[in-house]
Amino acid sequence: MTRAIVSLPATARRGDIIEIKAIAAHAMETGFRHTQLGVPIPRDIITGFACTYNGEEIFRAVFYPAIAANPYLTFSTVATESGTIACSWSGDNGYSVTESAAITVA
Amino acid sequence: MQCGFTMLRPVYLALLLAASAMPAHTAEIAPAERRSGYEMMSRETRAMQDDDAANPAMLWVLDGEVLWNKKMGAAGLACADCHGDARASMKGVAARYPAFDAARARPVDLEQRINTCRTEKQEAPPLAFESRDLLALTAYIGRQSRGMPIRIEADARMSPFIEAGREMYNRRQGQLNLACAQCHDDNWGKRLAGNVIPQAHPTGYPLYRLEWQNLGSLQRRLRNCLVGIRAEPYDYGANEFVDLELFLMWRARGMTIETPAVRP
Repeated sequence: MTRAIVSLPATARRGDIIEIKAIAAHAMETGFRHTQLGVPIPRDIITGFACTYNGEEIFRAVFYPAIAANPYLTFSTVATESGTIACSWSGDNGYSVTESAAITVA
Repeated sequence: MQCGFTMLRPVYLALLLAASAMPAHTAEIAPAERRSGYEMMSRETRAMQDDDAANPAMLWVLDGEVLWNKKMGAAGLACADCHGDARASMKGVAARYPAFDAARARPVDLEQRINTCRTEKQEAPPLAFESRDLLALTAYIGRQSRGMPIRIEADARMSPFIEAGREMYNRRQGQLNLACAQCHDDNWGKRLAGNVIPQAHPTGYPLYRLEWQNLGSLQRRLRNCLVGIRAEPYDYGANEFVDLELFLMWRARGMTIETPAVRP
């Protein structure tokens, strides 16, 4: 199951700095580990994250094997207009998940 | 020198024998002094548990909600078909488990209870212990009791099993010859290597342990401790584990359920 949670304030005043929290369920298998029989466990990680505000990109991150499982990101932006903030994660083995949240700016 | 050493030896032996024959110290923690492991965590880890948007265990709770409503097994039944909305029907349930199961004539924990429903009502194969689905369902059901006090029925049917759990808790075992009580009753609050020794109240299971990078059950945590004292852990679902879970929940009676908690 691919699962992700995006949370941000439902309402804000124009010009407010809002905090966006994004977490995705992922094992982040590094590719450096071996099974007890010595067989390497292939790498399976999230490699990219991007967040858009009404279609315009406001935040981007590149992930590497040293990042913990179920990675959690927080960042901020300025509330400019009502609309949708959408976060998408992509990674190895075709992993892809998009989760969005609505914001009303008064 | 040689002579002195030989003379001392019986004294050493006597001391050693006395130490190994001594029962583990069993000073129980007074109710007013009981503290959840939450209170011994760093501010950052507490904040992670308190904020559902930051608590990684909520990923399993959401999966559990999907599973609760999904039709399964030969009977084609979802949990919700019998139990309805978990927010109402499962409120307080996790706070009274392990509970007595008449068919087995002994207490069962929440994981075993879910699997009983699966095999008997849904006619589906039981879920493996520590599998993602079983953890998700347990976390979802446990979440409905968050903030409620632990209530274990210590009636005539249950008390022999609580006593069996207490006996195990106070029994020295493993190559290090340690009882649970020696750390968690006698030395809580001190440090074992870099970590604070908690009082071992199972208030938040299944919980997200940062060390595991995963959600885990109380039995997984108990296995950790047993391996730590170099004792042979029991199999998942073993009666000994359920008795110990029951004793620990009874010992934490009245404390608040935090499920799903976060621990370092």
